[in-house]
Amino acid sequence: MQLLEKLCQIAENPYAYAEKIKGDARTPIIGYFCSYAPEEVICAAGAVPFRIFGTRGDISLADAHLQSYCCSLARGGLEDALTGRLSFLDGTVFPHTCDSIQRLSDIWRLNGGFSFHSDIVLPVKLDTPSARTYMTAVLRDFRDELAAALKVPLTDDDLTSAVRTVNQIRKHLGDLYAAHSKTPGILSAKALHQVIKAAMVMDRKEAAADLAALLESLGLDNPPTVADSGRKRVILSGGICNHPDLYSLMEVAGADVVWDDLCTGTRYVEGLVGETGDPIAAIAERYMERMVCPAKHSDNTARGRNLVELARTHQAGGVIFLFLKFCDPHAFDYPYLKQFLDEAGIPSMVLEIEERLPPEGQMKTRIESFVEMI
Amino acid sequence: MTEQNIADLEKEKRKIKSVAKMKEIMTTYYIEAKTAAESGKKVAWITSGGPVEFLIAMDVIPVYPENHGAMIGASKMGVDLCEKAEEMGYSRDLCSYARADIAAAPINGGPIGGLPRPDFLVCCNNICGTVLKWYEVMARYFDVPLFILDTPFIHKEFSPAAKKYVIDQTYEYIAFLEAQTGKKMDYDRMHEVSRLAVEGLRLWQAVLDTAAHKPAPMTAFDAFFHLALIVTLRGTQTTVDYYRQLLAEMEQRIKDGIAMVPNEKYRLLWDNLPVWYRTKWLSEKFASHDACLVGDTYTSAWSGVMDLIDPDNFIESGAVAYSSVYINVSLDKMFDTLAALIRKYDVDGLVMHSNRSCKPYSFGQYDLQKMVMERLGIPTLMIEADMVDARSFSESQIETRIDAFMEKLKT
Ligand code: SF4
Ligand code: SF4
Repeated sequence: MQLLEKLCQIAENPYAYAEKIKGDARTPIIGYFCSYAPEEVICAAGAVPFRIFGTRGDISLADAHLQSYCCSLARGGLEDALTGRLSFLDGTVFPHTCDSIQRLSDIWRLNGGFSFHSDIVLPVKLDTPSARTYMTAVLRDFRDELAAALKVPLTDDDLTSAVRTVNQIRKHLGDLYAAHSKTPGILSAKALHQVIKAAMVMDRKEAAADLAALLESLGLDNPPTVADSGRKRVILSGGICNHPDLYSLMEVAGADVVWDDLCTGTRYVEGLVGETGDPIAAIAERYMERMVCPAKHSDNTARGRNLVELARTHQAGGVIFLFLKFCDPHAFDYPYLKQFLDEAGIPSMVLEIEERLPPEGQMKTRIESFVEMI
Repeated sequence: MTEQNIADLEKEKRKIKSVAKMKEIMTTYYIEAKTAAESGKKVAWITSGGPVEFLIAMDVIPVYPENHGAMIGASKMGVDLCEKAEEMGYSRDLCSYARADIAAAPINGGPIGGLPRPDFLVCCNNICGTVLKWYEVMARYFDVPLFILDTPFIHKEFSPAAKKYVIDQTYEYIAFLEAQTGKKMDYDRMHEVSRLAVEGLRLWQAVLDTAAHKPAPMTAFDAFFHLALIVTLRGTQTTVDYYRQLLAEMEQRIKDGIAMVPNEKYRLLWDNLPVWYRTKWLSEKFASHDACLVGDTYTSAWSGVMDLIDPDNFIESGAVAYSSVYINVSLDKMFDTLAALIRKYDVDGLVMHSNRSCKPYSFGQYDLQKMVMERLGIPTLMIEADMVDARSFSESQIETRIDAFMEKLKT
């Protein structure tokens, strides 16, 4: 499984990967924080969209800009920008999501020292025709801005071809998810998490090819069905997960993470962009149709119903909420999501994490007792 | 006369007489809102930055949950309600206005026994993303319709697409109100309300401006108190009349040489929301150093954009104005406003409340602080607290910091 190892390594050390592709051909690399960044447009401009996951190091320089009550994603990302660990970036795009990211964007622009900076001020409500029109206009402006900054034509053909590539990635990842849900262990949950992370930072053509090859090597065309292994099945729900070890902890505790509702998971994979017609409108369409992120507004109970349905579809015995401390949008949705799960008789628990995981022993005990209960 | 008598007289002289009238207006207003069902009127909850004018024109009673949060904070009921919210599953790290209000709803808690039940909700996200989530919670809880006016954040400029989007939504808002109330918008009435709104904003700004006089006839703490009308009842004659009265009183105080802080020597500007449960303590603390908080970034947020409003074309100009309010813009733009306030009030220092509850207001303060010190040479003080949740207020720490800051100013 050389390929799997390669992808895991990229996920383990994405900055080294970025330095490498940068070094070879001075490929432009554009950073982003959130699944509302239109990576198709970035790819079409000949750049690599690079997702920032926070930091692995200590936070010190960012303390001069962001209070301690800001989430570790924003603080950690800023830390890496200020220490120069992200110096391979040519710029960054900030789609409008939460209040913290919105302010981070200003701080980043004023202090980050990157040549390109773009705010994609997306609509916050995604369920009206005027929002759709506005979304399309904003994405069009971004396309022009990026094309001008990188001095590339960025034609519709470029866009359509980028859409195809990214769609392939989504399809492959979707297949991996489905196979993993059917037969957990065909690929460990941790490996799946690493693969999807790698896809968010890699040259997308390379990622698409690697994923296709990985699928083939796994022989997933006809995966065996779930044998009753006695192992528990759980779903993760929340924002971003930057802690692969969590998956291992769960595995040891006897539970397989069979699906997720994470920004760094299925929210990235879900839904394909139409490959015909106006590509920008098609990208906007996907964002309007996809299950809403808690920082956006659509149907007021959609996330609750969706989570219950996911648990049922994937025969999960429980849901583990994974939240970053100080993340408002997710924290606001939690009581209602829990209520929906309670009403459906699905147990759940919350893990709130900061830069680092709580001491392993403590996590282990909590996870174990939850897994026992379900 | 004894010394005590003289001190009391002095104190009496400094009291703002209009306060009684303001209390009376607010009481009448809340009674009306709470008995709306009997009078057949509709009640809408609306965010502080929301276009309340349309509700006034449609005879809907606007209720303003952030004001509720402030009242809860001022009456020191914040900790209890915030803890209740935490029991309901809401993280302690969320905005304490939202937490307190969410927890008050099911138990009719808080100083006025809960807000009247809404017939529908109007949320304008020009102040934060929190209100969006808060109103979603309320829409689920009360099972009522929610209208969202989505005002794109302004990092650099307000794009033509954004302008069109907000104008489109303003028409959607009107259609929503027509559907909710079962009657058509009366555009003549709307025009009159717009005119009154702009007049109210001008008067409010004029009231705030009186503090530019040395010594200042009022302080930011007074502004916090008198703010409620311009937020909730903007567009009514009552508000216009009230601020006219308040303005006259302030002008008279200037003539009579009445200062709010007896020996005003140091003039300070306040940034961010008030610390509601500690306004008295803070104002006395600063006054003990002969320092007066003459202005703030919060209470002028509403009038700061009034020049963008054209009462003859309220729908279109209002859309731009609503989107341009103080915290819906980038740090560079906030700095410009801050610098203008510092100049206008001619202050000696800036006091920044780093408010755990309000992330969009507080993140970026460190950068603003640096800009103010470096570019304007104005000393700054950062206080860590929370506007409603008193658990995040450390008196001894804050006292030490204020004392140290004032000592530095004095030398
Ligand atoms: S959505 Fe949450 S985790 Fe993501 S940047 Fe905002 S506050 Fe942080
Ligand atoms: S205090 Fe801040 S976060 Fe809370 S409702 Fe007001 S603007 Fe929003």
